[in-house]
Amino acid sequence: MAPELLQRVRDAVAPLVERFDLSHGMPVLTVAPGRLLETVRRLKEDLRFDLFLDVTAVDWPGEEQRFEVVYHFYSTQHRVRLRVKTRVAEGEPLVDSLVPLYGSAGYTERECHDMFGIGFRGNPDLRPVLLYEGFVGHPLRKDYPKDREQPLVPTRTREGQL
Amino acid sequence: MSAQLPSPVRPAFESGSREGALIVNIGPSHPATHGTVQIIAELDGEKVVRADVHCGYLHRGFEKECECHTWHNVIPYVDRLNYSSPLLNEFAYCEAVETLLGIEITPRCRYLRTLLAEYSRIADHLTCVAALLMEMGAMTAFLYLVTLRDFIYEHTAALTGARVTHTYGRIGGLARDLPDGWLERLEEILDEYEVYVGRIHGLMDRNRIFIDRTRDVGVLSPEEAIHWGFTGPVLRSTGLARDLRKDTPYLAYGELDFEVPVGIKGDNYDRYYVRMREMDESVHMIRQLMERLAPGPVNVDDRRCVLPEKPLVYSEIESLINHFKLITEGPRVPAGEVYVAHEAANGELGFYVVSTGEGTPYRVHVRGPSFVHMGGLHRMLEGYQLADLVPTFGSVNMVGGECDR
Repeated sequence: MAPELLQRVRDAVAPLVERFDLSHGMPVLTVAPGRLLETVRRLKEDLRFDLFLDVTAVDWPGEEQRFEVVYHFYSTQHRVRLRVKTRVAEGEPLVDSLVPLYGSAGYTERECHDMFGIGFRGNPDLRPVLLYEGFVGHPLRKDYPKDREQPLVPTRTREGQL
Repeated sequence: MSAQLPSPVRPAFESGSREGALIVNIGPSHPATHGTVQIIAELDGEKVVRADVHCGYLHRGFEKECECHTWHNVIPYVDRLNYSSPLLNEFAYCEAVETLLGIEITPRCRYLRTLLAEYSRIADHLTCVAALLMEMGAMTAFLYLVTLRDFIYEHTAALTGARVTHTYGRIGGLARDLPDGWLERLEEILDEYEVYVGRIHGLMDRNRIFIDRTRDVGVLSPEEAIHWGFTGPVLRSTGLARDLRKDTPYLAYGELDFEVPVGIKGDNYDRYYVRMREMDESVHMIRQLMERLAPGPVNVDDRRCVLPEKPLVYSEIESLINHFKLITEGPRVPAGEVYVAHEAANGELGFYVVSTGEGTPYRVHVRGPSFVHMGGLHRMLEGYQLADLVPTFGSVNMVGGECDR
């Protein structure tokens, strides 16, 4: 990333972010959940990070703020990527949805909700997307055992057969 | 069927938005769509008014599975993401791990990976175009394209030992170097390519039936495409020349001469044509890479991740221990996180990898283009005929393995 652009990003989001790092050449902004929407709005409107790539989470059990919600953005104009991270606690895993800013946030937030049980305030559609209705638990949490079985389809009784 | 079976999906709408609307369910297993996807559509006559796209029928817990395998053992799994072009997935994953390890691959490996990535892209585009044309009834075109794809599969099998799931990439290099005569056969196949794809151009490009079915169908504007996260050929079909190979060059793309083909309208015809042109560019790149390919090692000399040579394993204790530790415990990848994105055949394929310094990944997340595309697919379906759903879906080339993971 060009140093001038890096400085512009740093200046624009400086009052909002807790930390500003570089990780393998990619800027990483750490923000409080309450300031996420405002930070991303600035990134989109002032700095032209117009492509929302992805949202996912990393589970760090035992830590006070258990879930790290990770966003990736790309600017088709500057041709650079950027990562935004925020931490939420297990008791209230809730962040603001980015659906008002990016259409592609809808589906990816649904997946993150499926896998980690993180709520996205303002996303109107958090139905299961990769899992199915009635799936119990959030499989990508570290305390979800890999071999847990789910009641997929009830076993058919003889009477109920076709 | 017994009555208590619950429906695995809850549709976004249960009733029509207007009088006389009809709600139909298409899929998840439908003969006219390739890939297991379910679309619940509200119809007004023959026109799709609203569409609700559901995926996940091929979900098999890829990301969870990665968390309990060594870094190397994940490679066969990433093959099964986009199974039309497995090598592209492997190279993106390997590069993510190599970035964490701070490894720079050898020049020969870099050229070989670029060459094979482009070769895979041709196979993927051939599959997509073949399926798209067949779904509209063009059986001849399908057979030509699949014949060509089979040449490529057989040829890659001669290199990797498998037709589809190759497991050929390694962290720090490749499984093996090219066998004798492989490049000669590659040249023959590229000549065949010109013949076969020339026939497709002749059959389809100005075909009245094909144009009527695809022109101005499933139109996407550049702004909308960006808003809904479209990348790859779908984004380029709208006229935006955004290609990671040009914009953020990786592997050997910075040294190559190639163009980024774009469409003019973002409709199904443009998506067909962009893919056809991209294959030409890939062939052009492969020819350049064949000239640049110089002899040399394919694997880096780094005992942290590359297995020692077999004769050494059997003759000296240090190599035996090294081999044993790498296989049983996995390579120790320094703690950290990285996001590496490659231009896969369908768009941006990103690997977000988190390591805590162990022999297994702490977290592997895949940003598959197909999954994001499914989130915006309804924009391309709404307002068009129900019969257009099939070619529009085909032109996006959703790959279930990568979408549902």
